[in-house]
Amino acid sequence: MSVQRNDWSLQRKGIIDQERHKDRVREAIRKNLGSIVSNEAIILSDGKRSVKVPIRSLDEYKFRFDHRKRKHVGQGDGKTRVGDVLGREDGRGQGKGGSGPAGQDAGADYYEAEVNIDELAALIFEDLRLPFLEEKAKQAVPAKTTRFNEIRRTGVMANLDKRRLIFENIKRNARTSSGAKFGNVKKEDLRFKSWEEDNRYESNAVVLALMDVSGSMGEFKKYIARSFFFWMVRFLRTKYDNVEIVFISHHTEAKEVTEEQFFTQGESGGTVVSSAYQLALEIIRARYNPRDWNVYPFHFSDGDNYYSDNEEAVRLADELIGTCNLFGYGEIGEEGTSGYRRSSGALLSIFKDRLHRKERFVGVRIDEREDVYPALKQFFGQRGVEA
Amino acid sequence: MADDREIKDLERALEQIWEIAARLGLDPFPTRFEIVPATVMYEIGSYALPGRYSHWTFGKAYHRMKTMYDFGLSKIYEVVINTNPSYGFLLETNSPIQNKLVMAHVLGHVDFFKHNAYFSKTNRRMVESVSSHAGRMSEYEFKYGRKTVEEFLDAVLSIEEHIDPNFFIKQERPPQTEEQRAAGLPKEGRYDDLWKIGEPVASPTPPARELPRGERLPEKDLLYYIMRNSPALTDWQRDAMGMIREEMEYFVPQMQTKTLNEGWASYWHSRIMRELELTDTESIEFAELHAGVVSPHKGQLNPYYLGYKILEDIERRWDNPTAAEREQFGRKGGEGREKIFEVRELDNDVSFLRNYLTEELCEELDLFVYELVEEEEWTVTEKRWERVRDQLVSNLTNFGFPYIVVADGDYNRNRELYLKHQSEGAELDANYARKVLEYVFRLWGRPVHLETTADGEQVVMRYNGEEHEED
Repeated sequence: MSVQRNDWSLQRKGIIDQERHKDRVREAIRKNLGSIVSNEAIILSDGKRSVKVPIRSLDEYKFRFDHRKRKHVGQGDGKTRVGDVLGREDGRGQGKGGSGPAGQDAGADYYEAEVNIDELAALIFEDLRLPFLEEKAKQAVPAKTTRFNEIRRTGVMANLDKRRLIFENIKRNARTSSGAKFGNVKKEDLRFKSWEEDNRYESNAVVLALMDVSGSMGEFKKYIARSFFFWMVRFLRTKYDNVEIVFISHHTEAKEVTEEQFFTQGESGGTVVSSAYQLALEIIRARYNPRDWNVYPFHFSDGDNYYSDNEEAVRLADELIGTCNLFGYGEIGEEGTSGYRRSSGALLSIFKDRLHRKERFVGVRIDEREDVYPALKQFFGQRGVEA
Repeated sequence: MADDREIKDLERALEQIWEIAARLGLDPFPTRFEIVPATVMYEIGSYALPGRYSHWTFGKAYHRMKTMYDFGLSKIYEVVINTNPSYGFLLETNSPIQNKLVMAHVLGHVDFFKHNAYFSKTNRRMVESVSSHAGRMSEYEFKYGRKTVEEFLDAVLSIEEHIDPNFFIKQERPPQTEEQRAAGLPKEGRYDDLWKIGEPVASPTPPARELPRGERLPEKDLLYYIMRNSPALTDWQRDAMGMIREEMEYFVPQMQTKTLNEGWASYWHSRIMRELELTDTESIEFAELHAGVVSPHKGQLNPYYLGYKILEDIERRWDNPTAAEREQFGRKGGEGREKIFEVRELDNDVSFLRNYLTEELCEELDLFVYELVEEEEWTVTEKRWERVRDQLVSNLTNFGFPYIVVADGDYNRNRELYLKHQSEGAELDANYARKVLEYVFRLWGRPVHLETTADGEQVVMRYNGEEHEED
């Protein structure tokens, strides 16, 4: 019988096995990237660092009872009667009201993993390359920046670091006599911020997000476009210092819109694709000189262009390709109708047939959420390496 | 930070607590307390024993516990290890009163470990055993690759609870009958049969022998049966399986007695603390802590609370029996303490609740049965106390796990494994069952079948290594 205290500082088993678990999560994520890439929790994460994503095959599977088909015993506050409702099965808002084994939803064979978006991005970008990057990066403009990164005892009063001054003052007071409090500021307490001049090379990229907002583009199609652009911008940010994104929506006419309008507003009417390309070219000419900017236009549509416009669309697309690094075109089908409903008159096949500079064109077809990841891979595929 | 003075204080308190416990009739193993930082506490908590083999599931549990602690959502005050001598771990951030309460509580557990019948066969040197298991396991990892071992363990762990806790009763070799023993005595010498050469064989029909364990069916111990009979396992895999099975044999009694054990420890920490001389502030702090431990959780059942209430109720009923009880059962009164000591020795959760949960207590605790009605609303469907009690007992049967047995190890005359779920009303989570069948296939190496009921109908789920079938 004794009470002791030992040195446990070398005990790291829990941490080591925690790492094993993390490995497993990572592996499972890698296997499920297709469905994770287009998960709402991430696309709509709004700047959160990490999100919860359901991942298949990561639970500890055991023979267990289906708790939804089972009777449980509970305890009340003394006034429970037969017929009282404790909670609703899916009532997230009001909680389960203590309906027993929470978080054991039968039927759901997935595990909710907390995923750090940066880590996830690293996994996704692992096999992505940036096509046709070199030439632009070399021509990047030198930019002069000033960075405050040093502290000195002398300097201009305007650069006084007040926080540090208070710190130093308290420390000195504590050292000398009067105890650790602020007061009696002397010259030796003063601290000044100082700076360095920095010449950095900046590389710029602009994504021209073009989207068809004609009547036929529904919620699902917009969501696909959104998740694609989410990763595209994120990926470009890892390669370029400065990534801008321009949103252009079009039906029979094109206009530049805000991000919110781009993803939420629906319009009706037909589709004239060339109008969007025309506007894109104008914007590039006016604001994003291809000598300084890497330009990535990407266009989402359902491919139902006016027949008479196809000629013009192809011509402008060729011109667009001439000015930019890579031109992408994504044709989105109806949700869950993969394969058989590919309309033959669709733009994708026309582009594939008739564009002159196909090496800088990527056309993808997206029918389901899971297709977003392959599309990303195709767009940022290996091709840029040998170019 | 606990400095030497604090440790001295705790040792003094421990001596006092020990003395009170002994005076009140507790008889624990010698117990060693250790003050540890939170990381170590949660590590021991998530592995349930220090020094076990490595597996990601422990890491997952550790991470979850540690996160809960870091965010202030939950906190373990104590961890106790059932060995001789026993170990109790105290969290270094505990207040002195918390530590005293924990020490008293731990002594309750240790007394229970020592005397409860279900623990009579547990290995009291389990820490050494698991550490030798861990050594072997990491040797296998080195030899066969971490991935290989991990994947194998995933499969074994999916059925780890399916062992037979009464294995020691139904032994490996059937016990000899009286005649056999008598016939065997006096033993023939080793070479005596040489003298019989040429004589007719005396007993051409040896008495019908029962099959040894592992060949007898049905077999509740899936781990044992598969370990022994699987056509697919290699030696190291059988060994790893045996280690896990041995560790589960150690843990199962704890799973079988959760309510009673926690009730017992809570009962005793409250009795012991009452005897300590506490200042007013200390008394208030203790009262708050105690209330926290044995408070009813809204909607759910708190095993600490339930066990505590039932034990107190037993003591009251045997101390002051009603006239009817005196007459009918011959209770003399004043036997409360004695009775609860008997309960701690003989019962597990199932018998404890079945024997001692009374109508009045069900009423007082406001227990009820609830279920999902129309797949939508969790609704209270039963308040009649006998039904409530029976439901509770049924949910605790086989410590809450489905009762599954091997019915045939040579099904279809093809060495396929046929498992049977003895359902008694509650149905399996089919998705999970399918996943587990995949794991069992990995262990057995040939098609596996599971007979169970779904929506009131008998079904057989099958997995042949490629696809699932059901009929």
